[in-house]
Order: sequence, then structure tokens, then C-alpha cells
Amino acid sequence: MKKVKIYVTLRESVLDPQGSAVMGALHTMGYDEIADVRIGKYLELQVDDSERPLDELVKEMCEKLLTNTVIEDYRYDVEEAVRK
Amino acid sequence: MKFAVLVFPGSNCDLDMYHAIKDELGEEAEYVWHDTKDLSGYDGILLPGGFSYGDYLRCGAIAQFSNVMSEVKKAADAGKPVLGICNGFQILTEAGLLPGALLRNKNLKFMCRTVKLTVENNDTMFTNAYANGQVIDVPIAHGEGNYTCDAETLASLKANNQIVFTYSNDNPNGSVEDIAGIVNERGNVLGMMPHPERAVHELIGGTDGLALFKSMVKQWRESHVSHA
Repeated sequence: MKKVKIYVTLRESVLDPQGSAVMGALHTMGYDEIADVRIGKYLELQVDDSERPLDELVKEMCEKLLTNTVIEDYRYDVEEAVRK
Repeated sequence: MKFAVLVFPGSNCDLDMYHAIKDELGEEAEYVWHDTKDLSGYDGILLPGGFSYGDYLRCGAIAQFSNVMSEVKKAADAGKPVLGICNGFQILTEAGLLPGALLRNKNLKFMCRTVKLTVENNDTMFTNAYANGQVIDVPIAHGEGNYTCDAETLASLKANNQIVFTYSNDNPNGSVEDIAGIVNERGNVLGMMPHPERAVHELIGGTDGLALFKSMVKQWRESHVSHA
């Protein structure tokens, strides 16, 4: 069993209004050194062993459903899942 | 003309759409559940607004894999009119039936008010009952209606006259080029954020949306008479 951690962010070219609002709040609080804030999504998948290569599986899921590649980028890490 | 009003778990403008067709337009309409596998008996397909599948993940993202969506693609390929309003527009972009994507409104607010739209192209099966440049009042109600696409897509939308409606004087959501509604290249799939089905009677604030539905019926009648 593997654990796949997927990070989805808006593409650099896409304005992130949520990120801009949070940056504004941080500046109001005095954290003037914050130059940019981007807000994204974090997904965690527990994946059973499969005949298909995991990378292939994750890329396919990301591009079909988990992200909208018109506006979003993704990256992911794979870990051994700890069985509970 | 017989319309299918698609119903996804979380659709909430389906009743308005049904009412607009049945009671105000006087045409046939049926609610069609999202797992239906046959839309061949309908002349027009309507995807209403709402929050399909709770808008979990992204607006419209999960609905694109409903059984009925492969039927919607077939209907679009067959040249039938397919109209997506608000969440319906989001579903059509996610499904790849229309280019681009809808982002969170620029000011992060859910906007709910009547806006002025300019009819940019009245040479479509959805707008032939309007005049070019006509300004109409139509309600909006959305939090993620900020239309975006890359420069290449925008250039082709302009070149093919696919921008059908723009916001006239105030752009409520920050969409690129004030875009409020677009059609596909063939012109039979329209997606728009404003709600024409909520502007079909004086009692609810105006009737400017009715001409959109009348346009579809007019086009359908003309093409069916000429083939008879």
C-alpha cells in the first residue's frame, strides 16, 4: 500500500484571488516581507498495489479528474503507507 | 420542441428552467436524472445551475463523468442545441464541450443581482430573436463565474464569433474580455453564467431571457419544416 500526496495549485499565469486576499491580510498584520501567497489543494490517496505503474495511474487521475489542466498544475509525492 | 432538463445531485435551478420552458415558453420539458443513458428523444438539452455533486473538488468537475454526459456529447455532436447555465456552463467547460474554465470571482464574493448583458452575436440558434448589440437585463447568481482561457483560445473565440454575451458596463466577476457566455465552434453548445430562465416573466423582474428560449424553438421549427 502506498500513500500518494497530491498538491494542486493554480497555474502561475492564473490570478489567485484567494491568495491575494490572504496576502493583503498578512500585510495588514505587519508581515510586509510576504511577497506572494498562492492557495491550493492537498489530496491524500491510499493506493493498493496495482498492476499498472503508480506514476501512470496518478497522472491519469490528475489529468482526468483531480485537476483542471486549463487552470491548475499538480505535483505529487509517494510514500509507503503505514498500516493502522 | 421537447427539452431535457438534466438534474444532477445538487442542481437547484432545474425547477426554474422547467417552469421557463413549460409555462412561459409553452414547449415540452422533462426532468432527466444524471444517470440516464439515452437522450435521443429530446430536441434540446438544458444543463441548469446549482451545485452539482456539491461542487466538491471543482465546480462541475464530478458531473462531467455522470452517465448522462456521454449522451450530452452525442447530442452536441448531432448538432442539437445544448445550453448550460451557471453550473451548467461550468460542467460544459469541465467536460471539454466548451473551451476555457471558470475561476473564483475576482472579488471573492458570491454575486447575486441583475446585470446588463450585450448580445455580441445574434447569428446563433440561441440569440436569433435578439438584435446585435442589444442590451438585456438578466440576473446572475454565482461565486465562480470568472471566465478564463489562454491567449490562443481567446483569439480563436474572437475569430469565430464565439463570444455571444458580454457584461455591458460592469463585469461582476473579472472574466476575461467581459465574457458572460460563449458557444462552441459549431455554434450549438452555449454556456453562460447569467440566468435567462430567471428573466421570463414581469413578476420576477423582467422577460429579457425569454427570447433566448424562443430563438432555440424558432431555429428548431425552421430546420424541421424545411426537412419535412
